Amino acid sequence: MFDTAQRKKLVSVNGLKMYFPIHTGLLRRHTGDVKAVDDVSFDIYEGETLGLVGESGCGKSTCGRAVLRLYDPTAGTIEVDGTDISTTSQSGLRKMRPVMQMVFQDPQASLNPRMSVADIIGEPLREHTKKSKAERLDRIYELMDAVGLNRDFANRYPHEFSGGQRQRIGIARALALNPKFIVCDEPIAALDVSIQAQVVNLLEDLQSELGLTYLFISHDLSMVRHIADRVAVMYLGKVVELAPREGLYDDPKHPYTVALLSAVPEPDPAAHDSANRVILQGDVPSPSNPPQGCNFCTRCPKVMDICKQLDPEFREIEPGRFVACHLYNQ
Amino acid sequence: MLDGAQPSVLDVKDLKTVFKTRRGEVHAVNNVSFHLKAGELLGVVGESGSGKSVTMMSLIGLVPAPPAVVSGEGVYFEGQNLLTATDDELRAVRGARIGFVFQDPMTSLNPVFNVGFQLMEPLRKHMGMSKAKARVRAKELLELVGIPDAERRLKDYPHQFSGGMRQRVMIAIALACDPKVLIADEPTTALDVTIQAQILELMKDLRDKLGMAVVWITHDLGVIAGIADRVLVMYGGQVVEHAPVRELFANPKHPYTRALLETVPHVRGERAERLEVIEGQPPILRAHPTACPFRDRCDKAFDRCARENPSRYPVGPVHDVACFWDPETGGARDV
Ligand SMILES: Nc1ncnc2c1ncn2[C@@H]1O[C@H](COP(=O)(O)OP(=O)(O)OP(=O)(O)O)[C@@H](O)[C@H]1O
Ligand SMILES: Nc1ncnc2c1ncn2[C@@H]1O[C@H](COP(=O)(O)OP(=O)(O)OP(=O)(O)O)[C@@H](O)[C@H]1O
Ligand code: SF4
Ligand code: SF4
Ligand SMILES: [Mg+2]
Ligand SMILES: [Mg+2]
Repeated sequence: MFDTAQRKKLVSVNGLKMYFPIHTGLLRRHTGDVKAVDDVSFDIYEGETLGLVGESGCGKSTCGRAVLRLYDPTAGTIEVDGTDISTTSQSGLRKMRPVMQMVFQDPQASLNPRMSVADIIGEPLREHTKKSKAERLDRIYELMDAVGLNRDFANRYPHEFSGGQRQRIGIARALALNPKFIVCDEPIAALDVSIQAQVVNLLEDLQSELGLTYLFISHDLSMVRHIADRVAVMYLGKVVELAPREGLYDDPKHPYTVALLSAVPEPDPAAHDSANRVILQGDVPSPSNPPQGCNFCTRCPKVMDICKQLDPEFREIEPGRFVACHLYNQ
Repeated sequence: MLDGAQPSVLDVKDLKTVFKTRRGEVHAVNNVSFHLKAGELLGVVGESGSGKSVTMMSLIGLVPAPPAVVSGEGVYFEGQNLLTATDDELRAVRGARIGFVFQDPMTSLNPVFNVGFQLMEPLRKHMGMSKAKARVRAKELLELVGIPDAERRLKDYPHQFSGGMRQRVMIAIALACDPKVLIADEPTTALDVTIQAQILELMKDLRDKLGMAVVWITHDLGVIAGIADRVLVMYGGQVVEHAPVRELFANPKHPYTRALLETVPHVRGERAERLEVIEGQPPILRAHPTACPFRDRCDKAFDRCARENPSRYPVGPVHDVACFWDPETGGARDV
């Protein structure tokens, strides 16, 4: 098991809020906010993979982007490698960019179709280093080797590659500047089952070779169980549970985590007969108009009176296990 | 459910679809055969490009032709060969006796008409119902798929529904004319797991209630395990394995099926330290395959696999596999 006590915190997020203003009417008056990320706190330790799971629209990508300061957060602090970057200017951030990188969901959309593979992988080297052309090419080849792309393909264009190969190009680019921390936003969601394993194994190999730290965003709970050391579960802008992998999957605490895990169809017909499923009713409420009290109270099978009045605090109920639910507040 | 004496509602024999484009041919579907019985749910799995959608679109005349050329021995549905049917005859079958649900409800629902209109249209067109009667039936259908406050929601437009609700509306439209066969192409792929679980329960319930046959296309082995009675595994445009669902998961025979079952991680039970990998990429078939389409990625391949494309050999009462290798003996199959 991943022992957090032995490790250094590489990323520390405290009270992070990311609201997107809603403007309506002719005068474009500010009439409300989409509370995409609403008071989220977590740490990521050096060398670990923190999985971030939850359903569509719960704020995973916004959270990942805000942590890398691709957005200006509404509130909260973000510390990366000892530096508070939550209010750093864009020019100040430029210096931090090599340390932190991102791999995107759609390898097709995130690669410029008019640039060759070598140009794509070499772009961060051109922008952030003083390497000569020959030095850059050496590094590009090195990166292509690392992610399992044939060097002969350096002058080809993204459309000539398969989805899995395109994702390798995206990973090679993210690695170009020797980052410490990479946010992987659904890096395998667009790939076929048989190709997903290739990319996940690559990410794991690179992590152990280079000591990388990952925030791995995904809605695939089975894959997160495979790759993550600890897992944070988001619902409607909030982290509702955070726990080491074994604890979360073997003994989920938050009613939403319980429902989410039980909804995952197991690739085993016998498991479906015995499955005691919690089927949630209804849909996720809008993040611009979350319910009063606990955000999950409109769908929670365990809802109590207090849940409709008071937002439960996110607290540590056992060493390393954080839950936001009134059931654990006694 | 797998009663051999019961006649098939749909019988597909040697279906073949080739796309003939300026940049060459794509042999998307190669000699696919399968049958369906009333009340049965047939799962179809396979990776992207393996021909799942084109197979189903071809059999009811929904592939664009040209560039597609569809041929075969026959697609028999209620005593009619759909391969030789006229466009008018096909139109009468589509959306009425054979219903459809596609992956993305937003592209198949018309944004400018309210949901009530879209439900009533097939009822009036195919069943000749009056407006008043169709409205009553439309409301019943929305109730059937679990949409609360159905009467009022008839007036709502697609964008006023959530993703899961829209997929329910799509299912309601597909069910409008009491189809004998429902073809669902990745109907839950775009949905969240908790919403997917709702739709899967709904489908099982409706299948039992209405007794129609269902074809369910997905790439998710978990969904297949939970919902299918029988399964077709497709690879490179052909059926590589066919078996009842329990048999397939307990006793997979084809190297691709076996590798696929190994490569997916589980949310419960044992956790593998390392994922099994199927190296390489799926093929794009530029010509009619004269060798096994899986051979470049197959760790069991031997010389015969490059010379011949295996046919489907029976290995059990309702289990067949297109492969020259025999997992029982670990050697060449005796065929
Ligand atoms: N730039 C933006 N402006 C306004 N609203 C936004 C913006 N980006 C995201 N949102 C909203 O914030 C919420 C969270 O979105 P986000 O993309 O972070 O979710 P997610 O968990 O990544 O979902 P998915 O699994 O679908 O990728 C959603 O309601 C979304 O519509
Ligand atoms: N209109 C077309 N013209 C040319 N080729 C086509 C056309 N439509 C489909 N194909 C090809 O036919 C093959 C089978 O495609 P199909 O859509 O049936 O795959 P699928 O198994 O449904 O995949 P997915 O899981 O991605 O939906 C693919 O190689 C595809 O590129
Ligand atoms: S606080 Fe109440 S509504 Fe929220 S998850 Fe816990 S029990 Fe359910
Ligand atoms: S026929 Fe040969 S190549 Fe094809 S799956 Fe069987 S063993 Fe592998
Ligand atoms: Mg996202
Ligand atoms: Mg398809």
